[in-house]
Amino acid sequence: MFGYYFDLALRSLKRNPALTALMVVAIGFGVAASMITYSVFRAVSGNPIPDKSAQLFTPQIDSWGPQQSFNGDNEPPQALDYTDAMALMRAHAAKRQTLIYPVQLSLLPGGDRSLPIKANGYAVYGDFFPMFEVPFRYGSGWNATQDEGRAALVVLSEEFNRKLFGGANSVGHEITLGGHPYRIVGVTRRWNPVPRFYSLFGGSGFEEPADFYLPFTRALDLQIPTNGNNSCRGNISMNGWDSWLRSNCVWVTPWVELDSAADVARYRNFLEGYSADQQHAGRFNWAPNVRLRDVMRWMAYMHVVPPESRISLMVSLGFFLICLVNTVGLLLAKFMRRAGEIGIRRALGASRREIYMQFLIEAGTVGLAGGLLGLLLTAAGVSGVGLLFRPEIARLAHVDLSLVALTLAVAIAATVIAAFYPTWRAAHVHPAWHLRSN
Amino acid sequence: MLKMTHLSKVYRTEVVETYALRDFNIDVKEGEFVAVMGPSGSGKTTFLTIAGLLESFTGGEYLLDGVDVSNLGDNARSKIRNEKIGFVFQSFNLIPDLNVHDNVEVPLRYRGMKSAERQKRIQDALERVGLASRMKHYPAELSGGQQQRVAIARALAGSPRLLLADEPTGNLDTQMARGVMELLEEIHRGGATIVMVTHDPELATRAQRSVHVIDGQAVDIAEEPRFHARGDRAEAHAGA
Repeated sequence: MFGYYFDLALRSLKRNPALTALMVVAIGFGVAASMITYSVFRAVSGNPIPDKSAQLFTPQIDSWGPQQSFNGDNEPPQALDYTDAMALMRAHAAKRQTLIYPVQLSLLPGGDRSLPIKANGYAVYGDFFPMFEVPFRYGSGWNATQDEGRAALVVLSEEFNRKLFGGANSVGHEITLGGHPYRIVGVTRRWNPVPRFYSLFGGSGFEEPADFYLPFTRALDLQIPTNGNNSCRGNISMNGWDSWLRSNCVWVTPWVELDSAADVARYRNFLEGYSADQQHAGRFNWAPNVRLRDVMRWMAYMHVVPPESRISLMVSLGFFLICLVNTVGLLLAKFMRRAGEIGIRRALGASRREIYMQFLIEAGTVGLAGGLLGLLLTAAGVSGVGLLFRPEIARLAHVDLSLVALTLAVAIAATVIAAFYPTWRAAHVHPAWHLRSN
Repeated sequence: MLKMTHLSKVYRTEVVETYALRDFNIDVKEGEFVAVMGPSGSGKTTFLTIAGLLESFTGGEYLLDGVDVSNLGDNARSKIRNEKIGFVFQSFNLIPDLNVHDNVEVPLRYRGMKSAERQKRIQDALERVGLASRMKHYPAELSGGQQQRVAIARALAGSPRLLLADEPTGNLDTQMARGVMELLEEIHRGGATIVMVTHDPELATRAQRSVHVIDGQAVDIAEEPRFHARGDRAEAHAGA
């Protein structure tokens, strides 16, 4: 019967093209507005590392005290100072751990190109790569021994490797970053988790992909300053690199990998114990105040999702709702004008269930047409989201197969749901009355 | 075939109760051709719609083909309408967007019949009413008489055992009305039970017997049979 009802639906829609067009346009615009803003929201609020987001944690230690918290909410600083960061690394209390800070270095490309290139990267430990499941095209990261040895190694991103070596296998080659040589040990595949959960201190989470990764220890040796946030409390007098390292300035983001709830509990105890030790040692004059958040909780705490994304999604969903309410009215008018036909069909043996099927399939057909229009409008709209969002957010919006399927599914499902009341009215038409009045 | 006993139909509003049928009794045997007559508003159409399971009743008992229909759900009532009952209305009640073929096909679709069987039945039914050549025409392209014949073909296609006709010639001129009546008589001779509501005493004489409905009650019983559809069905049965 589906084919029969679909055929009836097409005939019915052709019978009154103006009314049909109104409904299709309402649904098309409604679903397109929703999908455009959803495509942005999806990009900024998704789980950037779904396989491991529950095993990756960023520890926080209150090294400033309750009077100095960021927002006066007794939350520890959002990053660690050098002392605490190195203490965590030395303790090695987790399965894997890394410290991260962003760096910016210039690179002399060599050959006939003489102007330096500005390159953005991260100083990390070797565990960074397996912890975050960084995929490699060539080579690999480095190991703990190389961390200890403060080796002059570098991993390039696929994009940066293409820029420097035309995409060829550059492992073993040497490049000069910030005036110092580094041997390339790996080239990643395209990897840019969005939001960039592992480096939210001072970053929006939506930056361009990193160009390179170099050993944290090597970066310290070369006294490469952070290119990210550096937040300090109190009267700080800094005389050079060592003074900065000893200061209370926070600038290092730590990450640890913990496989089980027991590991998490153990690590939290370790953090509290460490903090208590600092208190006993007189470095902290307050009770231990630590946090251990996983990826999703960390992103929520850091308010990664831009408020304009959430607001525009809600506004567009409201618009879609209004379109659907209009569609309910139009469908009701359309269906009830056919009360005579419904009466005839009921007399000839159609049960209410058959009437439901006929009219819901007709509504679904309207939804499908609205969805197709919505797809065109979504494709056009996605290219114009820069009018609504910051450029680094706008570039994340894109139409892919899942958005196409979602657009069609939402349009059909929403229209069918909107048609329930009109269809209920149609199915409860009193056949005898309409057969008499005809 | 159709037996109503002490049947009542009450329309209630907040302030008034209106009896459309009151203590209504009728017994139509299988193969009968019964005319139901009465003045406007007497309840004869209400009787017909209840008989056709298009409307519920308030009290009493209704046995259709031996089945008590009072407690049947919508699916069961629809199935009975589809398989056992054919309708012919005064205003034809064809679906204007469907051509003749598709109009006749409607009840067969609800029966879940296979395409080949549907096409055969549609062809046979339209040939029987003389409209096989008009399959692709739409109702608006046909005369009133032709539309009524399409409606009859639609009823015939489902091979109903009970045909309910509500003023089937009410919108037709004399010549067309005669043609429609001849068709109904032919269907009756084929073995179908026919209950026809009519104002027209002359049409009523074409039935085996008449039942008069006045103020919601069947108050008059059959006259002598005037024609016999088949030799073995000469006897008319009185209702009420």
